[in-house]
Amino acid sequence: MFSNFDFDVIQRALPYLWQGMLTTLWLTLLAMVGGIVLGTILALMRLSSIKAISVPAGIYVNLLRATPLILVIFWFYFLVPIAIKHISGDSYAQGIGPFHSALIAFTLFEAAYYCEIIRAGIQSVPAGQVNAGYALGLTYSQATRLVVLPQAFRNMVPILLTQGIILFQDTSLVYVVGLTDFMGAASKVAQRDGRLVEMYLFAALIYFILCFLASYTVKRLQLRITPPR
Amino acid sequence: MDFGFLTQPAFSGGGTYLDWVFSGIKWTLLVSLCAWVIAFTLGSVLGVMRTTRVWWLNLPATAYVELFRNIPLLVQMFIWYFVVPEIVPKALGTWMKQGMPMPEFWSAVLALGFYTASRVAEQVRSGIQSIPRGQTHAALATGLTMPQVYRHLLLPMGYRIVIPPLTSEFLTIFKNSSVALTIGVLELTAQARTISEYTFRTFEIFTLATVVYVVITMAVVVLMQLLERRVRVPGYIGTGK
Amino acid sequence: MAMIEFKNISKWYGSFQVLKDCTTQVEKGEVIVVCGPSGSGKSTLIKCVNGLEPFQSGSLIVNGQSVGDKTTNLPQLRAKIGMVFQNFELFPHMNVTANLNLAQVKVLGRGVEEATEKSRALLTRVGLIDHAQKFPGQLSGGQQQRVAIARALAMDPIAMLFDEPTSALDPEMINEVLDVMVELAQEGMTMMCVTHEMGFARKVAHRVIFMDRGEIVEDAGKDDFFGTPRSERAQQFLSKILHH
Repeated sequence: MFSNFDFDVIQRALPYLWQGMLTTLWLTLLAMVGGIVLGTILALMRLSSIKAISVPAGIYVNLLRATPLILVIFWFYFLVPIAIKHISGDSYAQGIGPFHSALIAFTLFEAAYYCEIIRAGIQSVPAGQVNAGYALGLTYSQATRLVVLPQAFRNMVPILLTQGIILFQDTSLVYVVGLTDFMGAASKVAQRDGRLVEMYLFAALIYFILCFLASYTVKRLQLRITPPR
Repeated sequence: MDFGFLTQPAFSGGGTYLDWVFSGIKWTLLVSLCAWVIAFTLGSVLGVMRTTRVWWLNLPATAYVELFRNIPLLVQMFIWYFVVPEIVPKALGTWMKQGMPMPEFWSAVLALGFYTASRVAEQVRSGIQSIPRGQTHAALATGLTMPQVYRHLLLPMGYRIVIPPLTSEFLTIFKNSSVALTIGVLELTAQARTISEYTFRTFEIFTLATVVYVVITMAVVVLMQLLERRVRVPGYIGTGK
Repeated sequence: MAMIEFKNISKWYGSFQVLKDCTTQVEKGEVIVVCGPSGSGKSTLIKCVNGLEPFQSGSLIVNGQSVGDKTTNLPQLRAKIGMVFQNFELFPHMNVTANLNLAQVKVLGRGVEEATEKSRALLTRVGLIDHAQKFPGQLSGGQQQRVAIARALAMDPIAMLFDEPTSALDPEMINEVLDVMVELAQEGMTMMCVTHEMGFARKVAHRVIFMDRGEIVEDAGKDDFFGTPRSERAQQFLSKILHH
């Protein structure tokens, strides 16, 4: 069945695919860092006892989690240039391409998912720990920073990384706004050379190898953090 | 915001833009529900296979899960649509390309169903494995065979435990059905984009689509909470909240 | 021939040996108490009897059948040996009667009516007939454990295994469970009980087995054991648990 395969096409396209992979990796890394930072803020907001803080955060998170990622990508592809124009007053919105709007979309979208992971992590730290912190005279922000978050993040590292692997896979959806990530590059070559079978199977193989190795590493890490009993 | 354009006759097809929206909702639901049938049945079987200690059941199920969850859905969608007809036996491939009705739809259903099955399998597996080993021991100690233990204890308890995670997997399938637009299924997100291109009412139509997704999500959540309450085990904390 | 006969049973978890060359036997009608510090292997030993814990060497004959033998029909053997667990292990999604009926119907092939009649008789016996329709989660620990004993008895077992049946109970509930066990012992049931309840042992046990680090250190008649334990380890253990 592979008799009329053209493996050359893959070899010739490698430099182009590598450029695409760099885009994918950058997008994943930046959106992950941004998503975790923003997600932490959202999680702390959601856990606040002040309604004016917790309710908006809750609405934001639930809204984003109920909306398909592709629609969110479309939303920001449409909104980001408008917002930039509005802020900078520059009607041409120089330098804002699909990469930036995709990065903003992914960061804001992932933040909603990271928020829920981080919130669960914070809630898994026993209340006695906070009370012990208060009893030593720590303030709320000290107890959060020095006692709760370090413990919460230690428990969460595997889940945060797993979410990162999902994000890595999800970035392939930037295809819909024509951004040349790894999948975009593979798809462009596939259509240009009429070699869809080879290119898509190759893309699947690469994604599989990377994600499999990454999840395996995370699993090993998880075993080290929580030793089996 | 002005939604008046929705009742205007659409660029093509004879109906209004609102008709396009409804058609999009219909395809979104059809893709999601058909894919869910595959994901739920196949995922359940695979999940149960992974909890057994029989290697020829466990190993293939593990391989399936690893393969299907480590390749992005978009890539799988393209493979079902573009690649599979090329690598199956020639007669079948020709039929898939020319004779098969709604090739985009069925490719999307298969891709989404087989992809989500790997996630359902993991939920079912972890649900069953969260039942304490002592329970299995107690059932075995009364003389039940392992298949009977699954039938009367592990599956009834396991499925109660996984109702909440399976709800969220269903919502994931529902949202992921939008990926079907990449192979030409005109579901809700695709219709929203098309309407925005024809009318330039991007803000309004995206808002409408988002609201539809949110409303359906909330409806599913409420329904599943009702189901969860119905099958809740009295006095047992593990299920429901 | 003894009803349960252990011969040189050894078991390893990886390189860690949990049972070391254990040899003992339980005669028909005998009540044996197995005690020892935690991690001494007593629960593992008792779970070998009905094949819940496999072992790597030695032989174990129960009612004339070899447990370690691959050709032994374990479900059939288990149906004859009742077992009560530390954490009760009632099935949470079934009510009390259904818990008692399940194996009667599915394993013994009794009709639902016959099984229910049997279940109701046993629930009356353990004083819980009023709770027949409740779910396990709605009962106290002591009540759950009595249901668990009734569940085991419903199979008309030829012997009963108890794995620390009172360890998970609040102190005020221990006696209601022990009373049922004492009654059983006095009726002549063959019993092998892992427990720290030395009062129970003094009252009904015929023999006491003391285990430590996977070994059977002491295997003596009740009076010998409580009178003059031969090993120092057993003496230390006894002085620790009897002084409070």
